Amino acid sequence: MKRIVLVIVVVALYVLHQDFWFWRTAHPLVLGFIPIGLFYQACFSVAASLVMWLLVKYDWPSLEREIEQPEPEEDSPS
Amino acid sequence: MIPAIVVFIYLATVLYIGIFAFRKAKGREKAEDYFLASRSLGPFVFLFSLFGTNMTAFAILGSSGHAFSNGIVTFGLMASSSGLVIPLTIFLIGTRVWALGKKYGFMTPVQMFRDRWECGHIGTVIFVVQAVLLIPYIIIGIMGGGTTLNAISGGVVPYWFGGAIVAMVVMSYVFFGGMRGTAWVNTFQTILFLLFGAIALIVIGVGMGGFTNAVQAIQSSPALAPLLTRERISPLYFFSYTFIPLSAIAFPHILIFCLTARKMNQFKKTVIFYPLCILAIWLPCVFLGVMANRVTDVPQIRAKQEARRVLATQGKTMAPEARDDLREKAAGDDVILLLLERYAPFWLAGLLGAGIMAAVMASDSQILALSTMFTEDVFAFYGGKRRFGEAVQVQTGRIFIVIITLFAYAVALRAPETIFELAIQYAFSGFAALSPLLVAALFWKGSTKWGALAVTVWTAAAVAAVAIFQQVVPAPAPAPGQNPNIVVCAVGGIEALSRTPAGTAVFGFMPVVPMVIVSALLMIVVSKITRTPRATTLARYFKLEAT
Repeated sequence: MKRIVLVIVVVALYVLHQDFWFWRTAHPLVLGFIPIGLFYQACFSVAASLVMWLLVKYDWPSLEREIEQPEPEEDSPS
Repeated sequence: MIPAIVVFIYLATVLYIGIFAFRKAKGREKAEDYFLASRSLGPFVFLFSLFGTNMTAFAILGSSGHAFSNGIVTFGLMASSSGLVIPLTIFLIGTRVWALGKKYGFMTPVQMFRDRWECGHIGTVIFVVQAVLLIPYIIIGIMGGGTTLNAISGGVVPYWFGGAIVAMVVMSYVFFGGMRGTAWVNTFQTILFLLFGAIALIVIGVGMGGFTNAVQAIQSSPALAPLLTRERISPLYFFSYTFIPLSAIAFPHILIFCLTARKMNQFKKTVIFYPLCILAIWLPCVFLGVMANRVTDVPQIRAKQEARRVLATQGKTMAPEARDDLREKAAGDDVILLLLERYAPFWLAGLLGAGIMAAVMASDSQILALSTMFTEDVFAFYGGKRRFGEAVQVQTGRIFIVIITLFAYAVALRAPETIFELAIQYAFSGFAALSPLLVAALFWKGSTKWGALAVTVWTAAAVAAVAIFQQVVPAPAPAPGQNPNIVVCAVGGIEALSRTPAGTAVFGFMPVVPMVIVSALLMIVVSKITRTPRATTLARYFKLEAT
């Protein structure tokens, strides 16, 4: 369940990258000089960092434990 | 000339760091130490060197140049999409490759593919395609070095000499320092170019008397106003670009860097801070690139704008060679350097120039990666290590570093394309199309070596086809307000294949989109009809599943 929610969050963020709603306008100018399309994409980068933090916190793979496990026995071709 | 002297001091510092790291290294005759720093990099060096190695000349020069011509769209196209896709692929793929490398001793992606799919010569085919696609990336660094030193010295240092100096410095510290030297140099460089963006923004902003007036002036000019929006780029093209960052994890130097972490926890900071590092370097560069259009008292910038205007108004009636010539004159790869020359004091221009050199010189990791790949995937695989020993293997790697640098330099002297175009058209699209190899190897038990071969051959063919197509059909002139594309093939009135001013479009998408999709389909279809590896081999990989 936790992983499904994280997948949805990542997909939603990907969709939000395609911000067609600010396509043809520079307004409003944030702080008087940053076009809104550029400001939006800058905020998107911050959001991406937050989503990465969520992934690291809630779905960090536990691969290090597996490294210590012994090799499997030889087998025939499948 | 003072800025150039500061840059030369910087180059000497970099050389010292690289060689100093070599002297500190223990057990330097071991291949794993020379090529992977004994898998011992700590979290700080790992974050900055991994980020730094992925930021090449285009991060500063190409991004500001692209923004100069295309506007704010540059940031969304390449930077913010990379801020999502690259850390995500490091999280999903980089961590798994690190774990497998640690457990089974892999030093290159091809070693893993050979083991995972039980193949030999197919691995060699993958090596060849990876190597051919990586070389343009190395060339970018040398071209950027030549451009930067030439601009910073006010033309005193010629392009060919600047490129030669950069190639020489990079080659030297990679040769002596191996991965440890390269990682420390990258860390130093990343800190420099992260500082560069903020300082350049403030200095140029103050010099221009603030950005508010400049933005309003751009808005009031019909020719420049679209640079503050994305109306000159189609949404399909914008969407296509999100496929390009898939190339990052497929680049051998990035994947090899993933193997250098001491612990898996060291990936955490890299994954979280990667989007913010991209923001810190790209946002100022893109913004300054757009603002350069308002600088009216720099003759070189005016000449670029004039070339752009002539291209847009008379380009249609010109010969292709004349159009290419104008395109080269209009290219803005050096606008940020021109801005620094105009607004920054001498001493600061030198420091900022050093920051630019830091980004430009990221080709070190690619050179080292190629050397690692050659010695492990070819020399060692075909018996060289067994016959001559590990010390000879390391020396072979060093000789390879010299040869590949000289070759890249020779090509850089002749390459006519702008930095940005060259990188995107060949290396990035090609490696993005190879990314299904990693996904299949790590996440799909049913994948086979024949599927891997199909993906590799398709990638090579597709990259060659795009290159040939763009050579045969000259780029049309941009035509603001009209569709400038040369339609080569149409299906039901829809442009199926067309030559655009910026490259090639397939159903409106950049070629990277069909390249990646076909790669994935080939992996699925060919693997379904061919034999999978033995169960024991699969067990070695898929018990590494995340819990």
